[in-house]
Amino acid sequence: MGLEEETGGSAKDVPPTEQELSAEFDTTLQKYLRGEGADLEALKDKKLKGQLTVREKLYGNSAKAAAKFEKWLMPSEGGYLEAEGIEKTWRIKQDQITREVDILSSRNQYDIVLKDLGPYTLDFTPSGRYMATAGRKGHVAIVDMKSMELIREMQVKETVRDIVFLHNETFFAVAQKKYPYIYNRDGIELHCLKEHGAVSRLQFLKNHFLLATVNKFGQLRYQDVTTGEMIGNFRTGLGRTETMQVNPFNGVIAVGHSGGTVSMWKPTSAAPLVKMLCHHGPISALAFHPNGQLMATCGREKKIKIWDLRKFEVVQTIPGHHAKTLDFSQKGLLAAGTGSYAQVLGDFSGSQNYSRYMGHSIAKGYQIGKVSFRPYEDVLVMGHSMGWSSILIPGSGEPNFDTWVANPFETSKQRREKEIHTLLDKLPPETIMLDPSKIGTVRPYKKREKPTKEEMEAEKEAAVEAVKDIALKKKTKGRNKTSKRVMKRKVLIDKAKKPFIEKEMQEAGKLAGKRKLGEETELPASLKRFVRKKAAV
Amino acid sequence: MKVKVISRSTDEFTRERSQDLQRVFRNFDPKLRPQEKAVEYVRALNAAKLEKIFARPFIGAMDGHIDAISCMAKNPNFLKGIFSGSMDGDIRLWDIASRKTVCQFPGHQGAVRGLTASTDGSTLISCGTDCTVRIWSVPVAATLESDHASNKPIEANAVYVGKNAYWAVDHQWGGDLFATTGARVEIWNHNRSQPVNTFEWGTDTVISVRFNPGEPNLLATSASDRSIALYDLRMSTPARKLIMQTRTNSIAWNPMEPLNFTTANEDCSCYSYDARKLDEAKCVHKDHVSAVQEIYNLVYPYFSMDIDYSPTGREFVTGSYDRTVRIFPYNGGHSREIYHTKRMQRVFCVKFSSDASYIISGSDDTNLRLWKAKASEQMGVLLPREQKKHEYQEAVKNRYKHLPEVKRIVRHRHLPRPIYKAKELRRMVIDAEKKKEERRKAHSTPGSIVTESVRKRRIIREVE
Repeated sequence: MGLEEETGGSAKDVPPTEQELSAEFDTTLQKYLRGEGADLEALKDKKLKGQLTVREKLYGNSAKAAAKFEKWLMPSEGGYLEAEGIEKTWRIKQDQITREVDILSSRNQYDIVLKDLGPYTLDFTPSGRYMATAGRKGHVAIVDMKSMELIREMQVKETVRDIVFLHNETFFAVAQKKYPYIYNRDGIELHCLKEHGAVSRLQFLKNHFLLATVNKFGQLRYQDVTTGEMIGNFRTGLGRTETMQVNPFNGVIAVGHSGGTVSMWKPTSAAPLVKMLCHHGPISALAFHPNGQLMATCGREKKIKIWDLRKFEVVQTIPGHHAKTLDFSQKGLLAAGTGSYAQVLGDFSGSQNYSRYMGHSIAKGYQIGKVSFRPYEDVLVMGHSMGWSSILIPGSGEPNFDTWVANPFETSKQRREKEIHTLLDKLPPETIMLDPSKIGTVRPYKKREKPTKEEMEAEKEAAVEAVKDIALKKKTKGRNKTSKRVMKRKVLIDKAKKPFIEKEMQEAGKLAGKRKLGEETELPASLKRFVRKKAAV
Repeated sequence: MKVKVISRSTDEFTRERSQDLQRVFRNFDPKLRPQEKAVEYVRALNAAKLEKIFARPFIGAMDGHIDAISCMAKNPNFLKGIFSGSMDGDIRLWDIASRKTVCQFPGHQGAVRGLTASTDGSTLISCGTDCTVRIWSVPVAATLESDHASNKPIEANAVYVGKNAYWAVDHQWGGDLFATTGARVEIWNHNRSQPVNTFEWGTDTVISVRFNPGEPNLLATSASDRSIALYDLRMSTPARKLIMQTRTNSIAWNPMEPLNFTTANEDCSCYSYDARKLDEAKCVHKDHVSAVQEIYNLVYPYFSMDIDYSPTGREFVTGSYDRTVRIFPYNGGHSREIYHTKRMQRVFCVKFSSDASYIISGSDDTNLRLWKAKASEQMGVLLPREQKKHEYQEAVKNRYKHLPEVKRIVRHRHLPRPIYKAKELRRMVIDAEKKKEERRKAHSTPGSIVTESVRKRRIIREVE
């Protein structure tokens, strides 16, 4: 429903040729096919081959149906901003856009000034309907963005560092001065998560119902919010951490450290999946592209780097930005907030080359603390030191939502049903991996090699850890002496270590044997006759 | 400048009145659904578990006979009815829905060996060890309403006496001829008291007969001399004969692929053949075992006794001497399901109901048992949403059923102890034989020892 100026753009009016149409259809078809088909030529089993051919055909049919649906039956079209003549899109101001756009959308451009209560941080529900904001000085508010209605507002009277919604708008977690707390939509405190301690950042993994927290010393903790169980508790060991983001594509948590490294974690392993040295200085901001292939990081040395996560290589370096916060939109636009200026970069050529798209500066002196795109809307909300502002960024949001995934017009009944269905489909923490498409595939056959030294050490340590957890029987009648208990534990640990030590000695023995032979061959020729020759093996 | 921003008006996206349905909008883009494979895997696991929770295949037993049930027949016109004949000559018509006898057909002096109904459902033909073939007319009124279910005895229409005991009878599909077997294969007409035609090949008793559903003049028989013979009624001589290593107890033609038939053999396997190419089995279905641990010589005394195809042609059910009923897919080597009860003894006959939803088994303990063909199926009328949900769960479970966690749940069946032990023993025996064979091959000149394919192994020769 936007206004379009009359132009003489003849290139736009000619209908695209058939070739272009079919090429476009093919790209959408590829998207729905979700990868390559199976190579059926290599199969010798005729029955299996026949069955799989039928299945591949069915996949093709369903992909075609989905592609056709996307082409013809989607209700909404995306937004766009096109400059004309010598105009540049990044010079266009918000009031110019607001004038051109309909009333309902222009109401999305506003500034809310709350001077006293500190820099504001914010979070959206997946449908983009509700926003949770928290000011540093303890002001917590839940806002319904459609009707701009304040659902609940409270003052927790403590420093608040971060706020995040759980699976829907009825629960949110606030990282307060000493512990994180979980509140109800009505503001009732439900849980005080004492085990986490004072955390600086919170993230929620939606599919797994895991709340991940990190404190400034780099302690990462995962807690399952449905059962309350602590799934993981890891020391990142890489120094002070300031940023943490979850990769929505695969559920991996990326933590940015002060040494310039970014480490990626999953809840089932104590060692990080990936450690990348990204910047020369501390990482100040991190963001993930929704397709899971790009990551944007910003370091204190005023460079934004865009990484390809499949090869872990830099795709692009954008100099000159000292961004405190980064965010990707659903359509792949990147917003960077620096001081009181927010820059939006877009990738228009499709070749992962981000260039300036739009910019907005708020009142001087206001420092932007967090930028966040609103899902399914063309809106960017910035939380700053004096409140929050919302601006229009055409083309940033996904125009068509799926009712079963995230519904901005959800009724309470639908919300309850969705909660139950997502709980039934709750993923176990073991499904978090760098490449989520590996589930259900066959692991390639690896020849069993001898375990390396590190692996043997790891195994030994694992065995020792396992033994340490055994509970010893409590003896009575004076037999429960401390010295005896300590001796017993020592004996158990030695027993656990014994097989590994024996193996090591065997290896050492073999090596010694080899060395002996070597020594023999080094003797000069005249002395060789005096060496006792061993019997031929 | 040209600008457009996403703006959704609430009217377009919400319903007008509370009587309307809620509006649903779809976007099938995979990027809106991260980790969809993991979600599907979790759903498959849950579907497998739910299926096991709801797996209650046994519906009920039909009580009434006082001796072992030797044969059963389906009524092609009446879905709810089934005929059963027992070893003391008692023939009954049962109403499956109420599990009660509708009427009885007394008359046979000895065991009833074969039962069959004509294609229009009005005539029942039975044969027994008292050398008689009896023709009964099925009372139509009684079959329709079983409310006044009385065990009214019915008089036979005709009794034809023969020279030897009869072993099996089957009616032609769409015609009015029926075949009986005993000492030889005899073709009868309803009205004649003497057989219209006789076939003889070999001197041993012919123990089972089946007419082909697609080709009404073709029939298959199996005899005690370990042979399977195909006869064509238009020719005066038998068409083809296949000699196996062990005896075939029963044959069933696939109703959807009428040129294929499956035989229940005495060596604990069922063999599927294509009638045009009898030198090689199309498929070997092996899962029945012996029920008792014994030292085997050459003859395995425990075997499938009866076999019947589902009207879909996609699976068949076998009842075995080892007290179990198994359902096999038509082209698969292993059974997809096994049914057993403590009280069910040797299963002598099984039938698949004509709507492919139920299985009826008649056994040694004088009961007919009614089972569901799909153990976790919800019977009754399902809402379209329920049906879609069931289909989805089935599909997602089949997609991941090869993964270890899901496979473990899907494959798990509780087996009675004797069968479990017998299966393990059989596994050991087969593995040992295989290993020996491999070693013999490895230590002899390559090419000197040739292993025959399983499909050909049991066939001795084919005779024209």
